Amino acid sequence: MNDVVISARKVAKSYVIAHEAPKHTTLGEALVYKFRHGFRRMEKETFWALNDVSFEISRGDVVGIIGRNGAGKSTLLKILSQITVLTRGEVDLHGRVGSLLEVGTGFHPELTGRENIFLNGTILGMGRREIEKRFDEIVAFAEVEQFLDTAVKRYSSGMYVRLAFAVAAHLRSDILIVDEVLAVGDLAFQKKCLGKMGDVAKEKGTTVLFVSHNMAAVRALCSRAILLKNGRCEADGATETVIAGYLSSSTEEMRTVIELPPAGRAIARATALRLMTMEGKPQSQFLLGEPWKIRLEFECDGALPHLIAGLGLRNMEGIPLVTWWSAPGDFPAGRYAVEFCCRFPFCAGEMNFAVGISSNERNLYYVEGVGGISVSEIAQGEQPLRAAGTGVLSSSERPAIFPRDSSRESINVEEIATVSGK
Amino acid sequence: MNAQALPTIKLRPVSGWQALNLRQVWQYRDLVLAFAARDVKLRYRQTVLGVAWVIAQPLIAAGIFSFVFGKIAKLDTGVVPYFVFSYAGMLAWNVFSATLVKTSGCLVQNAGLISKIFFPRLVLPVSILFSTLIDFLVALAMLGVMLAVCKIPVTIAVLLLPVWMLILLMLATGCGLFASSLMVSYRDVQHILPVLTQFLLYASPVGYAASHVPSQFRFIYDLNPLAGVIEAFRWSLLGVEKPDWAAVIYSADAAIAVLLAGAFAFKKMERAFADVI
Repeated sequence: MNDVVISARKVAKSYVIAHEAPKHTTLGEALVYKFRHGFRRMEKETFWALNDVSFEISRGDVVGIIGRNGAGKSTLLKILSQITVLTRGEVDLHGRVGSLLEVGTGFHPELTGRENIFLNGTILGMGRREIEKRFDEIVAFAEVEQFLDTAVKRYSSGMYVRLAFAVAAHLRSDILIVDEVLAVGDLAFQKKCLGKMGDVAKEKGTTVLFVSHNMAAVRALCSRAILLKNGRCEADGATETVIAGYLSSSTEEMRTVIELPPAGRAIARATALRLMTMEGKPQSQFLLGEPWKIRLEFECDGALPHLIAGLGLRNMEGIPLVTWWSAPGDFPAGRYAVEFCCRFPFCAGEMNFAVGISSNERNLYYVEGVGGISVSEIAQGEQPLRAAGTGVLSSSERPAIFPRDSSRESINVEEIATVSGK
Repeated sequence: MNAQALPTIKLRPVSGWQALNLRQVWQYRDLVLAFAARDVKLRYRQTVLGVAWVIAQPLIAAGIFSFVFGKIAKLDTGVVPYFVFSYAGMLAWNVFSATLVKTSGCLVQNAGLISKIFFPRLVLPVSILFSTLIDFLVALAMLGVMLAVCKIPVTIAVLLLPVWMLILLMLATGCGLFASSLMVSYRDVQHILPVLTQFLLYASPVGYAASHVPSQFRFIYDLNPLAGVIEAFRWSLLGVEKPDWAAVIYSADAAIAVLLAGAFAFKKMERAFADVI
């Protein structure tokens, strides 16, 4: 079957941005401004969030939509799921459309699990009878049998997400539109959901459109990817090719200096992170296995005893990968910096940072989820078999395969003993 | 999967006025009921008196009116005790004001839903009608008890009650749709609305009969489209104060006009909701 179920022709969406006069906090200020500048009309500018995007998707295709923030991914999803209307162009969708732009849309904390399953299911477009038919399946998937008649507000956040996702995962439609809803819940459950979605697509011939920042998820699920850039369709083709293009094109866009937001007690604050190569050249994307350096800059307003600056590295699922701490010391007020080196053989992927400063074990500053660093699939030196989706670390060790004969196996015991003895 | 039965959705740019597409609301009737059930359940969860509040609210309001109008202003309501008289008026008023208040806030309160999932937006105000009706029926049963206690006979006019309800709901929904569309861009509406409804409560024959209004003010008073229908509503229930039929017809006409205007304003704003909300 190769029939087209989604066909978008020159889809465009514009927003009108009004350039407002500077914000006034008091009526007086506003009046003075009006008096000086007169009541002329605000200047308006049209912003094209999507511009002439065309594509066709056949039944059963699982297509990933990737691109940086603001590239138009969400706008495209909103148009396809009929939340907003397009400004120009045409879209034809053949079949029932289910969209998951958020996990647990319409979930109400006061309602019980059972009530929420019905409410949420109905909102997603399932009929009452359809929900009744799948009710047991949903409950089993979410693993919340005992808490069905408890108000959802008393659920743990994990249970809440599981229940919400279970309902969504049992939505049957011909076209499924999924936003980055997978960025929630624990990793094991995410995998279960990804698997469920993949199964649905394969068995029922559901067409899936999947938007994600998580390249590993896109790789695992999608056979085809569309790259959006500044509202335009930049690339469309096999997932690996498109992702490779995206990663290389995003190098110049990824910032090497990350300004840090203010947080916590203001006596000490981190101001910036600078990403660089071991030689000190600013860079935020590195080859597989390439070591890199990061400089954390901070300032203190007063003397701080036993001061430690810390930097954590997390993957896009928020899982901490490693944390570095500076050597403790007593410092007077002033501006300081510390440089950390990363020599870990991380697999290809994107990561971000958590930054903290403490004095006498007391936390003074903490932010997380800031900045971004990308390790690309192209390796430094020898190319590994699989660069991504195989774990957090990549192993460069490539032991040779040897034939198993009787004499060799008997000696092996000794070898194992020496290895484990290390 | 059978390919031939697949519905096709065509997305095209839209501009100008559009048809209401009530059929789409019908297709989403399960959702209408789900929203209505949610509203009813939520309202009384974690309240001690629960459903009794539906009755308590108009009872308390009627009690206050009895004191102000009955005891202090000493209004004469004929054979019907003043308390029952104002309770009946309060029933009609609550249908109007509850629908208006809930409808006006329905878009802003469901902003999370509107920006995340598609459903015909009209589903929200329609579901409100159901939850208001349930409240109304409970409060109406209480009136039945009062009538029995006070030995007030129910006349054949009670059969017209659904008509008055329809007019009240049309007026309230029309105003509510208009207010809800405005509220998406201008939250000011939510501050003005309580003031206006408070004013309207005293400008309507809830705590008094229209005949109590001095005749030199009547022509201004009769501009209020609620006046005719509330009088008719009370007449249907209590058999007193025969309504001014011209005022009732005026109410009905106004209801149709207000509902159409509100619905089309809602429809025109609908496509922008998700972008500005």
